[in-house]
Amino acid sequence: MEIKHIKTPLSEEVIEGLKSGDKVLLTGHIYTARDTAHKRFMEALKDGKDLPFDIRNQVIYYCGPSPAPSGRVAGSCGPTTSTRMDLFAPELIKRGLKGMIGKGRRSEKVKEAIREYKAVYFGAIGGAGALISRCVISMRAMAYEDLGPESIFRLEVKEMPLFVINDIFGHDLYDDGMLKYKR
Amino acid sequence: MREVHTDEIAEKIEMMFIEANIELPEDVYGLLKTQAEREVSPVGREVLGALIENADFAKREGIPICQDTGLAAVFIEIGQDVHIVGGSLTEAINEGVRRGYTKGFLRKSCCDPLTRKNTGDNTPAIIHTKIVTGDRVKLTVFPKGGGSENYGEVRMLLPSQGWAGIKAFVLEMVKKGGPNPCPPIFVGVGIGGNLETSATMAKEALLLPAGKRNGDPVIAAYELELLEEINRTGIGPQGYGGYVTCLDVHIKTMPCHIASLPVAVNIQCHAHRKRDMVL
Repeated sequence: MEIKHIKTPLSEEVIEGLKSGDKVLLTGHIYTARDTAHKRFMEALKDGKDLPFDIRNQVIYYCGPSPAPSGRVAGSCGPTTSTRMDLFAPELIKRGLKGMIGKGRRSEKVKEAIREYKAVYFGAIGGAGALISRCVISMRAMAYEDLGPESIFRLEVKEMPLFVINDIFGHDLYDDGMLKYKR
Repeated sequence: MREVHTDEIAEKIEMMFIEANIELPEDVYGLLKTQAEREVSPVGREVLGALIENADFAKREGIPICQDTGLAAVFIEIGQDVHIVGGSLTEAINEGVRRGYTKGFLRKSCCDPLTRKNTGDNTPAIIHTKIVTGDRVKLTVFPKGGGSENYGEVRMLLPSQGWAGIKAFVLEMVKKGGPNPCPPIFVGVGIGGNLETSATMAKEALLLPAGKRNGDPVIAAYELELLEEINRTGIGPQGYGGYVTCLDVHIKTMPCHIASLPVAVNIQCHAHRKRDMVL
């Protein structure tokens, strides 16, 4: 299987070259955000305030890491279920978010936004958080620290292994994979 | 009457939650290895290989297998000839959880259901207490992630729906979850009792030894039937497509009201972490 090396921030050109089912190694900065952080994003946008970071061309990782033991950069840090963020993702994509990393199905509205505004949804392997921590070079909490594991962490990752689930062409690895192996 | 001190219980709970979160139990690890061999999808094989590597890495490095180190469920069987001394049993269990989740660098995933404010120490534990004969205390810890728990349900079927209805319900839940609960999954099914006992049985079913069948041949056949059907869905490892969607199915039953057929489905992810010990 061909492996594509990509870097953040993500350009439209890179996104145009990604297809559902591709294996990707991602390098650069990404930002964690999950349920409550997304709710706060929406509140901030409603009030006309800035988000804790400029989301344009960035990648959000749906993840709530476990605490880093002393001597380690990161604790276990695998993906959480993306479906819970479906209500919020289209608005962020519209405002320039280019990538999301998580696990699990996305809604039709998210897939539509991915096509319309050229974004991409990657799957990281759920339940392989220990292994994923090896790709983290640096990590710091940068916003909403009162939320504990749900804070926004800025992670620098090196060659984080991902699979493209939803691409700009409307393909979905979950649908295609299931259909192929259904008996 | 045998005395068991709450300090000992707190100590063991602390240790068991740390161990459970770092080291996959042998039965689960073994099943992952054998099932990886029968996966036909190349991506599926790669995923299963990564899960095995992840389990090895977590154990070697002493870090959690998954960042979702779960809500702390504890099953405790107390012999009726045991006297618990030293203080409150509930507090001892919560103290064990508090210490384990802090010392073990485990994620605190427990929050108020409405304000969503984190309780800060992963307490309160979910405690299931059963009084049994004898003078022993058996502790079982089951740190279970939210992603798989979200795809469970209790449904009151009509008695006339019988096995066909039960089977359709389980398959519906598995398909509804699809990639979300981190397949390959484990499925626990509780049949009978009433609303709440069916749910408890579904959870207890998940704690039965992975890869072993029910002692009742009829129930054992139902377990295998479900396992086979689930593995025909094509969902596969992580939902990327493949044959290995489910690692095992366990069923627990008990008699129910003549008007009812309560059925509960509890789904568990591949990182099926559990520990038990007898004091």
